[in-house]
Amino acid sequence: MTTRDLGTRGDPGGPDRDHPPSTDGAGTFWDLARRDLDGLPGGGLNIAHEAVDRHVRHGRGDRVAIRSIDRRGRPGRSLTYAELAAEVARFANVLADLEIGRGDHVVGLLPRIPEVHVATLGTLKLGAVWCPLFAAFGPDPLRRRLVLGRARALVTTASLYRRRLAGWVHDVPGLDHVLVLTDEDRGGGGEGDGRGEDGEDGDHDEPLPDRTVDLRRAMAAASPARPTAPTRPDDPALLFFTSGTTGTPKGAIHVHEAVVHLHASATRALDLLHDDVFWCTADPGWVTGTAYGVIAPLTHGVTCLVDEGELDAARWYRQLAEHHVSVWYTSPTALRLLARAGADLPHQHDLHRLRLVASVGEPLDAEIVLWTHRAWGVLVHDGWWQTETGGIMIANQPGTPVHPGSMGRPLPGVEATVLRRDTEDRLVHDADGHPVPCAPDEVGELALRAGWPSMFRGYLGRPDLTARCFADGWYLTGDLVRRDADGWYWFVGRRDDVITTAGHLVGPFEIERVLLEHPAVVEAGVVGLPDPVMGEQVKAFVVLAPEATGDAALRRELRALCRTRLGPALAPRAIEVRDELPHTRSGKILRRLLRARELGLPEGDLSTLAIGAAPVTTTGPDRAGRTRGPT
Amino acid sequence: MSAAEAPDVAEVAAIVRRALAGVAPEVELDRLDPDADLQREADLDSMDFLDLVAALRAATGVDIPERDYPHLATPAGCIAYLVQRRRR
Repeated sequence: MTTRDLGTRGDPGGPDRDHPPSTDGAGTFWDLARRDLDGLPGGGLNIAHEAVDRHVRHGRGDRVAIRSIDRRGRPGRSLTYAELAAEVARFANVLADLEIGRGDHVVGLLPRIPEVHVATLGTLKLGAVWCPLFAAFGPDPLRRRLVLGRARALVTTASLYRRRLAGWVHDVPGLDHVLVLTDEDRGGGGEGDGRGEDGEDGDHDEPLPDRTVDLRRAMAAASPARPTAPTRPDDPALLFFTSGTTGTPKGAIHVHEAVVHLHASATRALDLLHDDVFWCTADPGWVTGTAYGVIAPLTHGVTCLVDEGELDAARWYRQLAEHHVSVWYTSPTALRLLARAGADLPHQHDLHRLRLVASVGEPLDAEIVLWTHRAWGVLVHDGWWQTETGGIMIANQPGTPVHPGSMGRPLPGVEATVLRRDTEDRLVHDADGHPVPCAPDEVGELALRAGWPSMFRGYLGRPDLTARCFADGWYLTGDLVRRDADGWYWFVGRRDDVITTAGHLVGPFEIERVLLEHPAVVEAGVVGLPDPVMGEQVKAFVVLAPEATGDAALRRELRALCRTRLGPALAPRAIEVRDELPHTRSGKILRRLLRARELGLPEGDLSTLAIGAAPVTTTGPDRAGRTRGPT
Repeated sequence: MSAAEAPDVAEVAAIVRRALAGVAPEVELDRLDPDADLQREADLDSMDFLDLVAALRAATGVDIPERDYPHLATPAGCIAYLVQRRRR
């Protein structure tokens, strides 16, 4: 149940506009949203100020900003907003001492620990640009992104340095500094007592690698005060890498103004209130972990639970109960694994504080939504956004009925449509040259009226690719959807060959190029196949050189190569040897056809399974029928 | 560990070695610190870990409930757990 009348600002229940687009209402909405924030003198705006310093200035410095849990499930560091503000300033000062300045790119390769919040906001306070990378990436994707991202500094832990970066990272051109946290595993509370006291882990107190900066020591020596850089709303703040079908990954640039959308969307889609305990399970290496793991909740002054551990059903339920989590943002993969663990576990815990569960990353099956309703008494609110949108755009919004299987309806201030594409995948235009919207339930490309505050401002160094994303004032998302007659959006598939596995966007080419380096492989095609837990599973099809034998040993060798070079998240789970792969006349591998044949779909059929179910209302007493097990 | 347990341990270690090679073929069990974090050192993500559990279950016949996953946190713990569970 929400505690707020959502009807007072905008009209989340009304049908979204279709044609012609108007910006009047949107302008009013975003102008109002800006007033919820402080801003800087003279029209400036800085994300770090809104997320941290603002609360201290307004007398809320003693509220707990971060409560952390280490990977063994032990309580970790806890920080109030005042303590976080001091840490953020220290980090900014450490960077400044290294002569990192406004506009420089600082890359984070970190596990889910409070230092992510410190480093992200410290970088932004300095006016530099924060670029998070996924710690499950192997050296190939990491190196490529460090180079493309023009990284000047990299922040990581000693353990990740040893496992991911040692031996090559100092050769990355332009990367001047590597800052390393030496004790990743910390027991106990605040400053000074951060060392884990039990030595049986064998994985903390790793030594500081050569040629790196000891971040903990540098932080201790730095001043806990620093003025916030007078950034403008349009100054670059964040750089997120995302994958395309071909070529290199794309670095989407976001600006400080993104905080307006992040704050407002956390109100509308996550129903955040300042006394909430909020838990975002996303990895800090992806856009969600930064946008809704760090920035959005802190702008609301909530307490963020930060858990370094991987998914563990028993532990997760225990944490939801013990930490009184009230709003939980997680992924379909996690929800499916929790459903597999059964309904007995949740019934052993008191989850009555859990007010809202929201999901993002890939379409959430209607069955899972209904399961959570039965098992937890809470309906999961699915939503849609992507790296380029910078924040939630479409969602099942609190206070309106949940449509299981639907991504929801556009948030206030967001104008969405579905554009028609012809059989050649070209946009269809009307007589005036405008793209033609689809009829209800017709599948087309999801498009958003350009100009919302967290819209990406371009791909770094690739104006050509940026331009291709826009047409007639619309941002083209690359996602195929249908919109029903009531204005609810339903995900259908991707327009391109990008794979979504466990919520991560994976570009097939980045994997194929590694397979092709093996002497036995002459051709490789990588596709995503439906998986009951991960959404899609990465599968590689390879054609071998005439002299090679496609036995189990070779498949193991190829998988080892991929895991070593790409890391566990990108490596194909399955590798199959084929005599030939389908091609276009120009010789390009037709991944789509490969996938369709593998699934027994009609060739040329772009659809995936469409999921639908009747709406379930959340506005009624949906907890009343909830069964409670022994506690 | 007593001498009587040794054959069991060797057999289980071989099972774990094979199961791990199936999930992470680039990792050699014997080169891992027996007391180090298995998931971290073998670079297993959540799905890899579940695949490993499934492989161990298939090879040993031991049902490994989710609440016992913490016993599989290290190579040594994993082997000790399976040895003990096979006895029951």
